[in-house]
Amino acid sequence: MPRKSPSSMQLSGYRRPNGAVGVRNHVLILPVDDLSNAAAEGVARLIHGTTALPHPYGRLQFGEDLELTFRTLSGHGANPNVHGVVVIGIEPKWTERVASAIAKTGKPVETFSIERHGDLNVINAASRVAYQMAQDASELRREPIQVSELVLSIKCGESDPTLGLAGNKAQGRAVDRLVDMGASVIFGETSELTGGEHLIANRCATPALKRKFMQIYQDYIAMIEAQGVDLLGSQPTEGNIRGGLSTIEEKALGNIQKTGTRPVNAVLNYAEPVKPGQGLVFMNSSSAGAEQVTLCAAGGSVLHFFTTGQGNIVGHPLIPVIKVSPNPITCSTMSEHIDVKLPDLLVGDINLDQAADRILEVFARTVNGRLTAAELLRHQEFVITKLYPSA
Amino acid sequence: MAHRALAHKSTDDVAVAVADLKAGEELTIQSLEGGKPHKVKLLEDIPLGHKLALKDLPEGHVVIEYGEKVGQMTQAVPKGGYVHVHNLRTLRWNYGQKAKSAKPKAPGRAKRSR
Repeated sequence: MPRKSPSSMQLSGYRRPNGAVGVRNHVLILPVDDLSNAAAEGVARLIHGTTALPHPYGRLQFGEDLELTFRTLSGHGANPNVHGVVVIGIEPKWTERVASAIAKTGKPVETFSIERHGDLNVINAASRVAYQMAQDASELRREPIQVSELVLSIKCGESDPTLGLAGNKAQGRAVDRLVDMGASVIFGETSELTGGEHLIANRCATPALKRKFMQIYQDYIAMIEAQGVDLLGSQPTEGNIRGGLSTIEEKALGNIQKTGTRPVNAVLNYAEPVKPGQGLVFMNSSSAGAEQVTLCAAGGSVLHFFTTGQGNIVGHPLIPVIKVSPNPITCSTMSEHIDVKLPDLLVGDINLDQAADRILEVFARTVNGRLTAAELLRHQEFVITKLYPSA
Repeated sequence: MAHRALAHKSTDDVAVAVADLKAGEELTIQSLEGGKPHKVKLLEDIPLGHKLALKDLPEGHVVIEYGEKVGQMTQAVPKGGYVHVHNLRTLRWNYGQKAKSAKPKAPGRAKRSR
């Protein structure tokens, strides 16, 4: 089989006004708070080619938790897969705050607030703006792009030992190639590094990064223990145990296979922005699938690789999520959820390079517009990480 | 070649079934990183993705997989036996008992622990 890698394949995408490159072309209707979901979803129902991001937060949050919600919302607006954004909030001040962070990218952004207008007037006015944005977006054309212009991300979920043996090893090989071609690749799952955190720490590019990584890791575990518990019974999950994982250490050692072998060049907190060319990047995150994918998209990821053993089916409203599985039971019983099937790697019929080729071929086709399983099945999980209760 | 089970390193204590395996099967188990294969006769059924012992693992033994510590045996398992949550416990989630975690547990305590 001829070696197909993104370097030899033509990639196309959308270049935004600030130079950032996306692989999808969404018009986003973004509610700032729970109260504005109805209007945002009303607009998205009326206007073809628009996507609303309903969520349960945005009221009476404070401190770092509020900042993270703002960063998550504005990060989704700024994501290069988005052409333009209609921001709707209950009152104007926070609405403008989210919109002004998005407007720094130079893309079209308009705001609407509901107080003193009501849902119906807002839906009317916002729909007219969304109509124009969607029509403008439909006339944008893909242009040739390079791997080195992309921010990507990775996670595994419903893991089992077939990932550590095969799926994550192949994904790691693919990540090494993408990083070598100049892409940024974000990984996270802080609590799921437990037992392998020393291996990640030792790959940090500088002593300062290593200290920052260990501080984030230790703070996360301290946060859990401050609840008077540990994660026995939660990590590994019941799904992991059913698949054969016995301990968090075993899960973590399998998990980190997918990060490949390159140095960790940046250590970031939740949803902080990532630029192309940074190489492998650690972002503090929950290990829950939808939360981590959402944080990566907020950081600027335009495409996510998700390896699964037992069959996690997560997607995202704005970024394609490519599912990779080596587990033959999952690939046959949940075939419609898996984009890259690798059971032949598990039994040794193909090698890691051939498996990485298969992942990168699907990557290139997905960049160019092929819909993923999660996109086709309308998996649009958008889950904001909440750090503590609201006031 | 169609593997039936695989180890990460030949020095690991456990291997992973890559198909559903039956008690009595006699396997030659390769390691991903090369080295001498293990010959093992299975004492129990091992489902796909689950682990078997490559050597006798006494109670309290710290189990090595990927060349790293992955937990500690709460009961002995002979070579060819099934290793999972019923006999292997994490070394890490040990809230409230940190002082003891680094050492093998006394027999009575290990049964009582979570």
